[in-house]
Amino acid sequence: MSTESGRIAKRFAALKAEGRAGLVTFITAGDPDLETCRALLDGLPAAGADLIELGLPFSDPMADGPAIQAASLRALHAGTTARKTLDLVRGFRTKDADTPVILMGYYNPIHAYGVDRFLADAVAAGVDGLIIVDLPPEEDEELCIPALKAGVNFIRLATPTTDEKRLPAVLQNTSGFVYYVSIAGITGTASADNAAVAGAVDRLKSHTDLPVAVGFGIKTPEQAANIARVADAAVVGSAIVTRIADGLDAAGKARPGLVEDVLGFVRDLAAGVRRARG
Amino acid sequence: MTRPNTYRSGPDERGHFGIYGGRFVAETLMPLILEVEKAYKEAKADPAFEGEIRQQLKQYVGRPNPLYYAERLTEMLGGAKIYFKREELNHTGAHKINNCIGQILLARRMGKKRIIAETGAGQHGVATATVCALYDMPCVIYMGETDIARQQPNVFRMKLLGAEVVPVTSGARTLKDAMNEALRDWVTNVADTYYLIGTAAGPHPYPAMVRDFQSVIGDEVRTQMQELEGRLPDSLVACVGGGSNAIGLFHPFLDEPTVKMVAVEAAGHGIDKGPLAHAASITGGRPGVLHGNRTYLLQDEDGQILEGHSISAGLDYPGVGPEHSWLHDIGRVEYVSATDQETLDAFQLCARTEGIIPALESAHALAEIVKRAPKLPKDHLMVLCLSGRGDKDIFSVAEHLGVKL
Repeated sequence: MSTESGRIAKRFAALKAEGRAGLVTFITAGDPDLETCRALLDGLPAAGADLIELGLPFSDPMADGPAIQAASLRALHAGTTARKTLDLVRGFRTKDADTPVILMGYYNPIHAYGVDRFLADAVAAGVDGLIIVDLPPEEDEELCIPALKAGVNFIRLATPTTDEKRLPAVLQNTSGFVYYVSIAGITGTASADNAAVAGAVDRLKSHTDLPVAVGFGIKTPEQAANIARVADAAVVGSAIVTRIADGLDAAGKARPGLVEDVLGFVRDLAAGVRRARG
Repeated sequence: MTRPNTYRSGPDERGHFGIYGGRFVAETLMPLILEVEKAYKEAKADPAFEGEIRQQLKQYVGRPNPLYYAERLTEMLGGAKIYFKREELNHTGAHKINNCIGQILLARRMGKKRIIAETGAGQHGVATATVCALYDMPCVIYMGETDIARQQPNVFRMKLLGAEVVPVTSGARTLKDAMNEALRDWVTNVADTYYLIGTAAGPHPYPAMVRDFQSVIGDEVRTQMQELEGRLPDSLVACVGGGSNAIGLFHPFLDEPTVKMVAVEAAGHGIDKGPLAHAASITGGRPGVLHGNRTYLLQDEDGQILEGHSISAGLDYPGVGPEHSWLHDIGRVEYVSATDQETLDAFQLCARTEGIIPALESAHALAEIVKRAPKLPKDHLMVLCLSGRGDKDIFSVAEHLGVKL
């Protein structure tokens, strides 16, 4: 499958036809345990997630705030590995052939797995894209170029510090969509000002035809709706992951009702996104 | 592998030493990394910058420090003639200040208003807090909670110097977590903040820049040995955590084929005792990507970073500078290790025979000398980098020796 005709491109084309923005939801693979995560993953499309970002857990998530750091550690304690993350995707694909799944994480677990082997296994499992935080365009030969050759989208982050001069380099090998990080900072902390986000999206749109998703700091259905008015998709991560953490008992085990509560929150977010341009 | 014409030309334009190094950072940081690189390149070409560093190293740090003939230790070991490069006599008691002087002057040139740094044992934190006091810059030091507990005197020193010490509660609460947290701060405060990295690791240009600032160690040894013995040393020995004192000592000699170099990693309880028992990234790890560079790392099969162990908080880091990884692969430097016990023995030996209490980090290098010197002829000139003084370590050493203070 080529990156131009894959699930991500199809999904954004469908959203455009519907005249609405998409909701991208982030959860960490294996958080809080593999079984609960599987149930969450399977329930996300029906709850209104248009695209799914699945965190590939890493011991040292240096671009993430406390919520996703904790999720990553929970997943690792539950025995999640890169291989088990791909198993989750494979299982999801037997039930859902259309919702794009993007793995998000850091390079070292893929480096340890072996780049070529990882890409082959990811394609076979049904992974559509990768967002690897610590691989800027300066390191494109490591994974970005091999991923594109393997038919896996490599989605790049653009940030408030990515200036006009740098933007073409950032966009050059980006495919699927562009992920605009709306604040200079880590995940799940401050929220950006709407006008600033709108300006940034316009700036990106003048450089690329790719859809623009906006994330970092979107915590409520209202904030998601505001983003959905100006961007092609809103990404929510830390707020969902915090909902997962809230559903754990003192021993860190999932309490009954966790999955339904988290999916209920996703439904609220999806409703926000869907009414944004109504 | 073909032998390069020179070992001293690295890194390349993209920050690579062979396959190691690079710039593995988030996009938010990338423009800053490029800004640091450009500013450093300009500063290096400016004689005024070098003049200012030289002046401060002389007047404030107290350089040059002596190359000292350790006569009693030499006699006791009965082999090689042992010299100590006395970095522990620098202001703040370690080699760390050499790098801090250089980087704070760079931060000032760049117009930065706030300094952040990570620290493990606290030596780099103290050196950073010191230069921040000297140049009146606000200073935030990230330090793991575990390290704060075992390095109380240095925590108080940093506070006396006006720094804010932020306890890091993520991960194992040691040096790597402090570095993660410093990176999180930097990503959030990109406009006004300079990250003063304490070792020859991290994204390009840090490994090269820190090496350059620390090369004063090897440059002085070269001159001093010429004065004392009229020739080059035969071997150089230094401890390696991130590896800044070692690369500073080695780099000026890399192209001298007669000079042998030995770097000593922390073997903790023993490298054969499993991956969590030591902090020897090169001897007991494998290449991976962390904190901005490709280098040897302590990691599991899945690429998750492991918590190293060493009696010395300054060597307790799961990575090593990328230039060391390269020097290891091409065989220019020999990488060995010393256990906690060998280190404690060498620590006490040095105190009793030379009247010098070494840092536990430096005592790892001493442990190697104890093994190596007796097998060498008396005209073999061996230089040990005594990278820091051991006052900060007396509490933990007392505990290991079962002494109540």
